[in-house]
Amino acid sequence: MSHIAPKSMYYTIFGILMVMTALTVYAAFHHLGVFNFPVAIGIAITKATLVVLFFMHAKYSSRLTKLFVGMSFFFLAIMFALTLTDYMSRGLKTYPGGAGGAGYGVRSAAPAHEAAPAGEEHKEGEAAH
Amino acid sequence: MSDAAAITGDAHAHGHHPDLQHHFDTLEQQHEAATLGMWLFLVTEVLFFGGLFLAYMLYRVWYHEAWVAGSKELSIALGGFNTVVLIGSSLTMAMAVRSAQTGYRRATIGWLLGTMALGLTFLIVKVFEYKDKFDHHHVPGYDFHVDAAHAGIAGPMEIFFSLYFTMTGLHALHMIIGFGLMSVITWMAYKNRFSPQWYTPVEMSGLYWHFVDIVWIFLFPLLYLVDRTQ
Amino acid sequence: MEMTLAAPRVDYLNVRHTVASWLLTKDHKRIGIMYLVVVTIAFFVGGLFASLIRLELATPAGDLVSSDTYNKLFTMHGVAMVFFVLIPAVPAILGNFVLPLMLGAKDVAFPKINLLSWYVFVIGFLFTLYAMITGGVDTGWTFYTPYSSRASSTNVMMTGIGVFITGFSSILTGLNFMVTIHRMRAPGLTWFRLPLFVWAIYSTSLVQVLGTPVIAITVLALAVERGLGFGIFDPALGGDPVLFQHLFWFYSHPAVYIMILPPMGAISEVLACFSRKNIFGYSFVAFSSLAIAIFGFLVWAHHLFVAGISVYSALVFSFLTYAVAIPSAVKTFNWTATLYKGAIWLKAPMIWALAFLGLFLVGGLTGLFTAALGVDVHIHDTYFVVAHFHFIMVGGAIMGYFAGLHYWWPKMTGRMYSDIWAKVAAIIVFAGFNLTFGPQFILGYLGMPRRYHMYPEEFQVLNVLSSAGASILAVGYVLVAIYLIASLFNGEEAGDNPWHATGLEWTTQSPPLPHNFETQPVVTEGAYEYSKREIKVV
Repeated sequence: MSHIAPKSMYYTIFGILMVMTALTVYAAFHHLGVFNFPVAIGIAITKATLVVLFFMHAKYSSRLTKLFVGMSFFFLAIMFALTLTDYMSRGLKTYPGGAGGAGYGVRSAAPAHEAAPAGEEHKEGEAAH
Repeated sequence: MSDAAAITGDAHAHGHHPDLQHHFDTLEQQHEAATLGMWLFLVTEVLFFGGLFLAYMLYRVWYHEAWVAGSKELSIALGGFNTVVLIGSSLTMAMAVRSAQTGYRRATIGWLLGTMALGLTFLIVKVFEYKDKFDHHHVPGYDFHVDAAHAGIAGPMEIFFSLYFTMTGLHALHMIIGFGLMSVITWMAYKNRFSPQWYTPVEMSGLYWHFVDIVWIFLFPLLYLVDRTQ
Repeated sequence: MEMTLAAPRVDYLNVRHTVASWLLTKDHKRIGIMYLVVVTIAFFVGGLFASLIRLELATPAGDLVSSDTYNKLFTMHGVAMVFFVLIPAVPAILGNFVLPLMLGAKDVAFPKINLLSWYVFVIGFLFTLYAMITGGVDTGWTFYTPYSSRASSTNVMMTGIGVFITGFSSILTGLNFMVTIHRMRAPGLTWFRLPLFVWAIYSTSLVQVLGTPVIAITVLALAVERGLGFGIFDPALGGDPVLFQHLFWFYSHPAVYIMILPPMGAISEVLACFSRKNIFGYSFVAFSSLAIAIFGFLVWAHHLFVAGISVYSALVFSFLTYAVAIPSAVKTFNWTATLYKGAIWLKAPMIWALAFLGLFLVGGLTGLFTAALGVDVHIHDTYFVVAHFHFIMVGGAIMGYFAGLHYWWPKMTGRMYSDIWAKVAAIIVFAGFNLTFGPQFILGYLGMPRRYHMYPEEFQVLNVLSSAGASILAVGYVLVAIYLIASLFNGEEAGDNPWHATGLEWTTQSPPLPHNFETQPVVTEGAYEYSKREIKVV
């Protein structure tokens, strides 16, 4: 490991990380609708990338190291994506309220004897079967 | 890259650096192997924490309301402060590695002690946060209950807090291990074990510490900042 | 080989004799032998449970043991065999011993971590044994929630801790091997000159590093749920028990590739040597190993087809499962093509390898049956599935392990076992195996469920055949242990290269020197240049 980075690089990266931390807190207090979550995750991913590249010297490491880093997140992404194929499509077109929200048409964990509208939906669902 | 030129003094018959292990041919090969090995270990850690992040993500989709309610019970002030502290400790750690790399023993020890101090601060704040959860009856399986306004989502809120404690608890455990690692490295630095030719343990510990920081970089927004617009 | 009357050669076995020199060794060869001892013990533990299972199933009534006890028997059989035999057998025993030799290296990259790996393995095994002895576990080796997290009153935590700890052994071994292969190859040993066993070990290590942490976190989540009353999978809180199954199988499916890839690697070595030919389609076989490792991560939910997952998701996973069969098929075709027009030399390792080919083929093809959604609805949780995975695990993985063990035994010990007895044992095992598991395909097709200790009368004949087969299988395995151990006392001196095989491991003495090679080997040719070797027919 021969590359010696200047101290200023570390301080600069630290500064950027501080700004992004403030940014993510700020964003959480504002309505960005469907973008709130992507923004939060995007900021976190950017911060993590900076730490990996500069604090952990991945930028100056072998191609193999970069491959291994990428590989771990690739397989993590597979785990997420393929599991989501299940959770995002349960009851899709076969059960009222199924898919895209809370599985099995459950909006909240309220016990079976909940308010009328949801109860009626349940009955309709059963009749349809 | 000639390590022979970098070797200080020593006229061994086979001329190798005292820190070169016998199954390696050169210090460079040994260093590359160590680096690769540590990165692979961090790969396993990514997948290890990843399972919990998966569970978190699925339930956030299913029970968004409970996630918002649970998240609001956490203190942004404490969580934000801890984030600054931990990223700061990554800075001090990176500086410690740089000091070892350039042969400044006193600076190395100083930066390492700074890292440990910041790490300890993080853990102390965590203790206060956990105590707060105990006081508010938000410890799952113990005496968990929520106020009447959230009665309908009590179950998913208990899941939220189960994940909160498991994820932050596991993270804290890694920090404690990291703290132990730092103690050993600091002692070795004090005993003048490191040189610009061989400072691998400092560098490897640094990689581990940065990883623990990265986990928190994700935990903070996901647990504390689900939705603060309400 | 002529022996002179000079002083006996120093090798890794006789260089030091103290107990401490073994328990504190950093020599990969000694560590491989130490794994052999523990894995063999685990094999007999698992075999004991299997014997009790088959004894119970010889009669339709549940008359030997109670249902609760039976649940413990199949659970502990599975736990012992999966975690303490199949996963470590080839990588930790043969891989540890042979890999550095094949690479022309003095040891693995991290010898101390290698030793730590062994200790971690032993500690995990002891925890699990303790759990077994003090009451057992009855959840199935799959530990499904909510039974394992809320309802079972057996030693779930203790077994979980044992499995968790042992997982680290697997991770550390995989990590060690990957770094070794990347950074410690001899001069001239490019990737495409590597023996296929190395490609197999590398692919396996990839799976160990990426997959094992996920079962670790799954067991941890189960432990906090059971031990601390947390709720992550609890349906009463709105949690999803199927999430446990997703997390569990995300590792446990790739785990079966940890179990089969290294034996496949050993098979490549044996087939090449005993056909006196290069493996047909070397690069296809090499890339297939990697493909199996990677694709193996995409198929896990085929274990959840009837668990309540979305049918659309099930379709995706069914398709991917068919895809993962392709590289295995590529290998099988290439092995067969290797045999074609080879100078077949029927020594014991070859008999085991040929047995592997036939049994792995059946196991693989029956996997395709289960991968089809419509079929799986009927055969899931029946004996069809049990037969399928035993054909792969035992007919494939264990046969492959034995092929490798018989191939490298002379290198490891410097002694040759009785070839006749080895062939007899192989045939007994082959016959016993088919009699045990063949009828189970039919039983499953006819609807007999797995994990039941009683069954309708009309299934008895097939069950009796299966149990009879199991006793023959047991005889075969005990025979293997007998002649292998006997070879240590009165086996012939094997010589450095009794099989006239290619590969760097055969260029050094048997047993090898403590530091493997006198001088650093340099490689100038491919892995299987058998055209340059004479054929020695005995």
